Amino acid sequence: MIRELSYAEAVREALRQEMQADERVFILGEDIGVYGGAFGVTDGLLAEFGPERIRDTPISEAAITGCAIGAAVTGLRPVLEIQFSDFITLAMEQLVLQAAKLRYMFGGKARVPMVVRTPGGSGTGAAAQHSESLEAWFAHVPGLKVVAPSTPADAKGLLISSIRDDNPVIFFEHKLLYRTRGPVPEETAAIPLGLADVKREGADATIVATSGMVTRALGAADRLAQDGVSVEVIDPRTLRPLDTDTILASVRKTGRVVIVYEAVKTLGIGAEIAARIAESEALYSLQAPIVRLGGQECPIPYNRALERAAVPQQEDIVAAVRQVLAA
Amino acid sequence: MVVQGLSTDNAVKMLQTMHVIRAFEERADDLFAHGRVHGTMHLSAGQEAVATGVCTALRAGDYLLSTHRGHGHCIARGADVRRMMAEFLGKETGYCRGRGGSMHIADVDEGILGANGIVAGGLPLATGVGLSIHMRRGTQVCVVFFGDGAANEGAFHESLNLASVWTLPVIYVCENNQYAMSMPVHTSMKIERIADRAAAYGLPGEQVNGMDVLAVYDAATRAVERARQGGGPTLLECLTYRYRGHSKSDAQRYRTREEIETWRARDPIVQYERRLVADGLLSPEDGDQFARRAREAIDDAVRFAESSPEPDPATLLDGVYA
Repeated sequence: MIRELSYAEAVREALRQEMQADERVFILGEDIGVYGGAFGVTDGLLAEFGPERIRDTPISEAAITGCAIGAAVTGLRPVLEIQFSDFITLAMEQLVLQAAKLRYMFGGKARVPMVVRTPGGSGTGAAAQHSESLEAWFAHVPGLKVVAPSTPADAKGLLISSIRDDNPVIFFEHKLLYRTRGPVPEETAAIPLGLADVKREGADATIVATSGMVTRALGAADRLAQDGVSVEVIDPRTLRPLDTDTILASVRKTGRVVIVYEAVKTLGIGAEIAARIAESEALYSLQAPIVRLGGQECPIPYNRALERAAVPQQEDIVAAVRQVLAA
Repeated sequence: MVVQGLSTDNAVKMLQTMHVIRAFEERADDLFAHGRVHGTMHLSAGQEAVATGVCTALRAGDYLLSTHRGHGHCIARGADVRRMMAEFLGKETGYCRGRGGSMHIADVDEGILGANGIVAGGLPLATGVGLSIHMRRGTQVCVVFFGDGAANEGAFHESLNLASVWTLPVIYVCENNQYAMSMPVHTSMKIERIADRAAAYGLPGEQVNGMDVLAVYDAATRAVERARQGGGPTLLECLTYRYRGHSKSDAQRYRTREEIETWRARDPIVQYERRLVADGLLSPEDGDQFARRAREAIDDAVRFAESSPEPDPATLLDGVYA
């Protein structure tokens, strides 16, 4: 029987094991040391690895991001924690114009093996500046890889791969998932980047869901199963590179697709997934128009009911699947 | 010995280096005027003493980060002018296989971690290189060049603070050439000396005559030594001047011809040549010969670049990912 860990514990275990295995790996970020990180992910690592490798930083997102890049280019393998993914906007220049482009601009010579771990998503009452889902911004940038795990096991396995990757990886953790639990292998089993996972097999409709929406999609699939509807749930897990093949195979099988993501619907990852389906011969398998469920066209509000209304919920997903089945 | 620690060889070599930089920049301007350059360029003629003085204070293994106005830094750090010129002309034999151009010349293997097109973009990176040296218990140092304009970017302030807090071996070299594109320094900040900003972050700041290569060398040597001994970062402000416009499209309406001539009268190459002749290290003919050899080296670089192949469009996606 495989033991269970929380998502946060799984991330921490990946960090610990990679740091034990490779002395070039170190962590830097705001309040990651004695405080243990704003969400407790790095709790205990300071005692184990000391302040050189568990490096508390001033609140200087541009400088600490540049620090990670400069260290990576010169042979270390930094893991940077950006306390809330919203704050990554303060480091955009360093990530998008430096980390993503150095290698290409220099004719393929520099390596930038770094990971930016950062919690995203709404649902905690943190309001508009601490709840965003910005993954599509980074998935738009050649040179970056973007990962968004939805389970503890994926969080561990994908973080291991991200740390071992020679490219800059933006690793989006979801705040609401930190306390969720699931089986996680004890060994350092890497899950390759760029490989989607079929979280549930089904025959009648496909839900492609990312990050925190995977849990809700699986809940919706359970609910629909009570009515005899068999739903397949696909989690791309990596948004760049995006595993199109797994998605198209499912579309060919079911002929009906709902795409669910928390980020603002317009120009989100769902648009890209829908376009890839539409550009492929899988289009001819469709028996109903594709439905995208994304965040509403507004900042994330504070009030509990408003916040809930701003992003897709399980009942919305159930209704969307019924819609594609009725078409 | 002209100043403490400078060998006669290096004293003479500094003059040769400045001539090569000047020749490269003049030739770049000429190539552009003749329509042989696809992209833009930012020339450093007038600023040769800063690049040369600082880089002469470095040793093998040290790191360098440069700016959009970076030709001089790369030359002073020993980059091959043939591969630089090939990059300028967008050729496959260039340092970046024609992917970077003038603004991104880099030689990663030799510690030249790139000219950088973003004002202040290199400062956080250099801070990270300093951190890397520190964590690896290395004895190298990292130099990062930037302009007066960069001193008003947040990245400057964040980086100086962080390097100071962590005692990192980084030398922050501000080339104050009096203008951030068109904006004069005195209209972009209330203080007289950018070097004074170091005090806010607890590191030494020094202002130096950037038209005097010996003064730059001397200040850089002290800063490098301090960093190498574990004493932490230094901010060096070098007062200098660019003779040419900001980039290829600059009508220079923000300054007068008289102002340019005033600075040209303090030309770093002319001044230094006189000094070496006066000190008996050089004959007047030597200086002319250095200038001629520099132009010949650049002629050779242009021949190499122009006869080099263009990148194959089939290789467009090379190097996006490792």
